[in-house]
Amino acid sequence: MLGKPSRTGRVLQYLALAGYLIFLGFPLVWLLSTAFKPPRELVQLHPSLIPSSPTLQNFVQAFTEQELGRAAWNSLQVSLASAVLTVLVAMPASYALARFKSKLGTVALGWVLLSQLFPFVLLIIPIFLVLRQAGLANSHAGLVLIYVVWALPFALWMLQGFVRNIPRELEEAASVDGAGRLQVLRRVVFPLLAPGLVATALFSFISAWNEFFFALVLIKTPELQTLPVALARFVGIEGTARLGPLAAGSLLATLPSLIFFAFMQRRLSSGSLAGAVKG
Amino acid sequence: MIPRRFRRLAAAAAVAVVGLGALAACGDGGESEATAGPVKLRFLSLAWQKESLQANKDLVAKWNSEHPDIQVEYVQGDWNSVHDQLLTSFEGGDAPDIVHYEASAIGEFSKQGYLADLSGLIPADLKGQIDQGVWDTATFDGKVTGVPFLLESQVVIANKKLLDAAGVTVPAADGGWTWDEFQANAQKLTKPGQFGVAWALKSPTNRVLNLALNYDGKFFYTDGGKTEVKIGDAEKEVPKRIHDMIYTAKTASPEALGMSGADTLPGFFGGKYAMLPGSVSLRQQMVEQAPAGFEWVTLPPVKGLSSKQAANPQTLSISEDSKHKEQAAQFLAYFLNPTNMAALAKGDWLVPTGKQANEELVKLTKGEQGWDVAADSAADLTVAPFQMADGYPEWKTKYATPALQQYFANKITLDQLASQLVDGGKQVLR
Repeated sequence: MLGKPSRTGRVLQYLALAGYLIFLGFPLVWLLSTAFKPPRELVQLHPSLIPSSPTLQNFVQAFTEQELGRAAWNSLQVSLASAVLTVLVAMPASYALARFKSKLGTVALGWVLLSQLFPFVLLIIPIFLVLRQAGLANSHAGLVLIYVVWALPFALWMLQGFVRNIPRELEEAASVDGAGRLQVLRRVVFPLLAPGLVATALFSFISAWNEFFFALVLIKTPELQTLPVALARFVGIEGTARLGPLAAGSLLATLPSLIFFAFMQRRLSSGSLAGAVKG
Repeated sequence: MIPRRFRRLAAAAAVAVVGLGALAACGDGGESEATAGPVKLRFLSLAWQKESLQANKDLVAKWNSEHPDIQVEYVQGDWNSVHDQLLTSFEGGDAPDIVHYEASAIGEFSKQGYLADLSGLIPADLKGQIDQGVWDTATFDGKVTGVPFLLESQVVIANKKLLDAAGVTVPAADGGWTWDEFQANAQKLTKPGQFGVAWALKSPTNRVLNLALNYDGKFFYTDGGKTEVKIGDAEKEVPKRIHDMIYTAKTASPEALGMSGADTLPGFFGGKYAMLPGSVSLRQQMVEQAPAGFEWVTLPPVKGLSSKQAANPQTLSISEDSKHKEQAAQFLAYFLNPTNMAALAKGDWLVPTGKQANEELVKLTKGEQGWDVAADSAADLTVAPFQMADGYPEWKTKYATPALQQYFANKITLDQLASQLVDGGKQVLR
């Protein structure tokens, strides 16, 4: 049995945790600082974390020049639709993969993971041609379709792991109590699967929100372009960039993911299974 | 009765499906094109600086208002992903009508037949405005597939107060220093805590090959249809001089080696470096980011046997698949008339290729903020053999950049550098 950590051990633990938090959080803090700095403060020999003359000019430029508001709205629609559709498709498929043992299931799971090995640069031209034939090139629907297909293999693999963690005994107990298959799914499996569904939705949302290449290639009309494509326009040749507006736009681009995560994280806790099965 | 949880699920599914339908409606709904109405041209532009972006958008808006029968849609791309974007568009048969890119990159697309030959489409007055040496950069297999319109020369930006304090005189716009004078003046400007020069060599290949023309260093030699990399004294001269400044004379900062041009600015503004060899477009950062009271000056390009530098102009091309090539060419002729070309160059802080545009720009700016030097440098920009070599991009990435980085980090000798460059050429140009 592990003993209670000593006072020194506890202090070291907290120091390590603080160091890790700084490591993770510093880029975001620096982004925040850069977004409020005027151009001259961005090239100081000894840069400061806190802007000496904070300005909103970078935000104004980012929004007026690139219509980031419209791009963010486009991204939000595409990402939400991708997240919902991915969850709707992955939920029954992952249950079937996890619960109904067959050779086909193993092959299917292997195949979906194998599909992840293909670099999308290799696939982009065929995908573009297919979507064009279907009248879905240059549309958000085409983009959503690609994002769902792209997210599904990992979502399936992840979600079927969550399904496996739900003890079969719980489903069997519900059946013994007279619940039908649908009732078992609805009253036992889905509630316990909620953390997995949330994780899948988050994964799908964030993948779609951050995705750049498909959006760049498939969307031609400026009014339909998404946020990552709009942000890339602040970057110039050979690593040069308009740092102020880029930081301001990037800061705003991180907010929806953070809000979505904060809103959903309560659902991610999987403690509801504690004590469900004895012995 | 349908359970409440299932109803929610069904509602979510319905929302997703309806949403997808609505999103589909946001698209262009396929490739159908109206038979009546104005001709529509799609223009993929890579302008990204604030002033340049505005200049581009203003010109397109003006054209659209004056030409109701030919409407141009302005689409902004970005330099880092434009190659993949264009490749996919060309392969997919959905390329923009007008494409903004650069001479060294359009060769590949030209040879694959994606870009139209503009020889018969460009008006004579536009042709006459641009030097043949610059036209040559956008001519592939006898076809002119791009109109070169903006040039980037290598100049030297200097801290005026430090020059004055060291007794270094600023040369006239048409009288640049020789490399020996540049080194001697860098020596005068070097003292504890201050280097005469900061060579930003994070991406050294283009810079070295551009400047190598000062000593007639060509690197790529073609004989009997076969191209190979050769390194003689002419090719070695510029890298050797830069290396000597860093390690022998110690007038150039070794810490700047891993930096891009923009990375050196804090040190330059902080008085750590007195001179920055770099692109004419660096002047924009000077204007926007220099601290109040900071005095800077643009020095003309450094001279070797000549002031020649490789020109890699930005270009405007027309897609071979465009259904409206003549209208696109009309737009180009308007977009690149002397006044408009001057406005575009001013927005990007680059040098216009057109002679009259160059004159107008100097007049407009009164030659201030280095525009006199920039304009004067245009005459020395010409096509370099490496720009025409098919394997150059691969040679640059796989062999030249790592080898030059090692040489400038003092990890290999000049002879080893030469041998690595030649060997790389053999691999790529087989």
